[in-house]
Amino acid sequence: MQPDPQDHQDFIHSEEFLQGLMKRQLRLSIACAMAFLLLLLGLPLLNYFAPSFMAQRIGGFTLSWLVLGVLFFPYVWIIARWFITRSMALENAEVKFAEENQQKNS
Amino acid sequence: MDFSQINPWILALSSITVVITIWMGFRSAKTSKSASDFFVAGRSVSVGWNASAISGEYLSAASFMGIAGMVMSAGYDALWYPVCYACGYLFLLLFIAGPLRRFGAYTIPDFAEGRFDSPLFRRIAVCFVLFIGFFYTMPQMKGAGVTLSYILPGLPYWVGVVVVGAVITLNVALGGMKGITLVQAVQYWIKMFAISLPIFVLLSVYGGYGKNLSLNDAAAPPAIERSVDAGEHARKPLPEKAPKDEQWLEPFGPLTTKAAKAAGLSQEESRPLSLIYTYSLIIALVCGTAGLPHILVRFYTNPDGVAAKKTTMWVMILIGIFYVFPPVFGVLGRNFMPELYNATGSKGPDKVVLELPTLLGKGNILGSVLSGITCAGAFAAFMSTFSGLLVSMTSAVAHDIYGRMLKPDSTPAQRMRMFKIAAIVVGGLAMLLGTQVELLDINFMVGQAFAIAAASYFPLLFMSAWWRGMTMRGAATGMLGGGILALACVTLTSVSDIIAKNGQAAALKAGTTWSPNALSIFWQENPLLRILAEQPAIWTVPTAILLMIIVSKATRSQVPSDARMKMLVLHAPEALGLKQEYIQEQQGHGH
Repeated sequence: MQPDPQDHQDFIHSEEFLQGLMKRQLRLSIACAMAFLLLLLGLPLLNYFAPSFMAQRIGGFTLSWLVLGVLFFPYVWIIARWFITRSMALENAEVKFAEENQQKNS
Repeated sequence: MDFSQINPWILALSSITVVITIWMGFRSAKTSKSASDFFVAGRSVSVGWNASAISGEYLSAASFMGIAGMVMSAGYDALWYPVCYACGYLFLLLFIAGPLRRFGAYTIPDFAEGRFDSPLFRRIAVCFVLFIGFFYTMPQMKGAGVTLSYILPGLPYWVGVVVVGAVITLNVALGGMKGITLVQAVQYWIKMFAISLPIFVLLSVYGGYGKNLSLNDAAAPPAIERSVDAGEHARKPLPEKAPKDEQWLEPFGPLTTKAAKAAGLSQEESRPLSLIYTYSLIIALVCGTAGLPHILVRFYTNPDGVAAKKTTMWVMILIGIFYVFPPVFGVLGRNFMPELYNATGSKGPDKVVLELPTLLGKGNILGSVLSGITCAGAFAAFMSTFSGLLVSMTSAVAHDIYGRMLKPDSTPAQRMRMFKIAAIVVGGLAMLLGTQVELLDINFMVGQAFAIAAASYFPLLFMSAWWRGMTMRGAATGMLGGGILALACVTLTSVSDIIAKNGQAAALKAGTTWSPNALSIFWQENPLLRILAEQPAIWTVPTAILLMIIVSKATRSQVPSDARMKMLVLHAPEALGLKQEYIQEQQGHGH
């Protein structure tokens, strides 16, 4: 049955649903951001503390140049791809979860 | 004007790009009928088109020409620019794209008002859209003026600005958002083609990317001796002005150590300062990308949130691939066109993208054609970015200032007419500003726009989407505080640099030595402060967020009463239909 739009006592409008929803979304976003920041903020540190390691040559590139100028892009694509798959799955699960609870309460 | 210097291929291919742009604008003008077509392309742009259009809009003159020039002159450190330009989108995807799209509003000011129920905040946000927009159009206009005078030697700078500005203004006025979506999508592919094809040809002649990088080796004997075994395409000797191999190839090179060098610090002392510079640059570029208003508005042109996410994914792939290429121009330019190091401004490394294909030989048709292709790409670059900016600024004027503030009861037809008038007014103003900035550096202006966006819009969007306790006062204080601090710092360093440069040039002319003013001396004595002022993001972004938290806590009683409902609309899956319910309620309560 359709809930009354003015009635905010149902599950979808509950504090519990919103908090769970935001927490799950934020957790996913932060996990992906961490993977990204690890390389983004870690690379300058590696350059700083291990300069000779980062200066070794691989096919003409220095390791540092290869990572930043070429490999960084596919790395970010993988994170983005993973995030999109996971967040779409999360949304579908949320819809299902909300509808189940909605029916239970009504 | 000397017509004999004009390369017919360059002229022809550039003209074709312009003609295609105008033709497509006219064509789509016939199909753009409703107000919604004008503002957000009817929200029905497919993922592929929209991703190409966002990418086309994003890759500006700075990306197309500036990065190659910067890699050539500064080496490794400049690589952070393309990487962060591309990867800032990930932040947008992770934290901002989804919630913003679900909330569903035409523009950022719509979001600002909707989230905090405050018409006042809308006005503040509109001002920022226009402000950042004009800052960002000026470098595009300069790119247009410079490229046109490269193609047609002797043409005054302002003619290029006016011609390109007029073409785009006409296009936007005729077709609105839907018109430029198509044009920008095509322009992305023109740019991609123009940057990649010459590279493939040049690399096949001059050896691979890695091989060219390996020519930069401090341990190896000088270039002249090396040429014996390097075969026919040996690297040319570097002029005095060029950075040495080691500094150029390794991190913490000329770009990030400038302030420390000026202070006379040793290599060891300057390294921590370069690290701070690098981090601050990363924060400015990543957060600035996530906060650029003309990019954000495009998320609303997706039919739903899933499409918005898919679009971001494709944008990252499209611009990621693009950004691999400009540094290759820089590397090849260093090896084979080192004479560019001796010139500055538009005649220096900045034009390496336009000039490099002529390496294949003066009379060589292939070289001329490729040079023509890169010029066409440069045209596509500043034209598409300018049209995107013009749409978002025109929307701000027609939709926010006229439609919401001046005449809320206007009919859709009136608003559409206003859109056209506003496009012409804003376009004209942008052209006027563009003619005034010939002497300013393109990167200086782009940097200002990014620094302001990073410290104002990014904290606003990020915090409003994820923290329920935000109040209008908190949001406005943080946004204005961060934005103004960033603007003040960047302007201060840039203006003092311009004064110093002009002073040095004047002293050189007069044959005297330049005596630095108080500010220049202060910068020399305090390299750390100089870095924090030149790249302020490392402290302005946290300051903005902190201000938002403190002021919001202090004004806790003003948290919007329906904050829970707003957060639900921002975060709950669209399938639950909370958005429609929210709109009904707002109308029910007489909003």
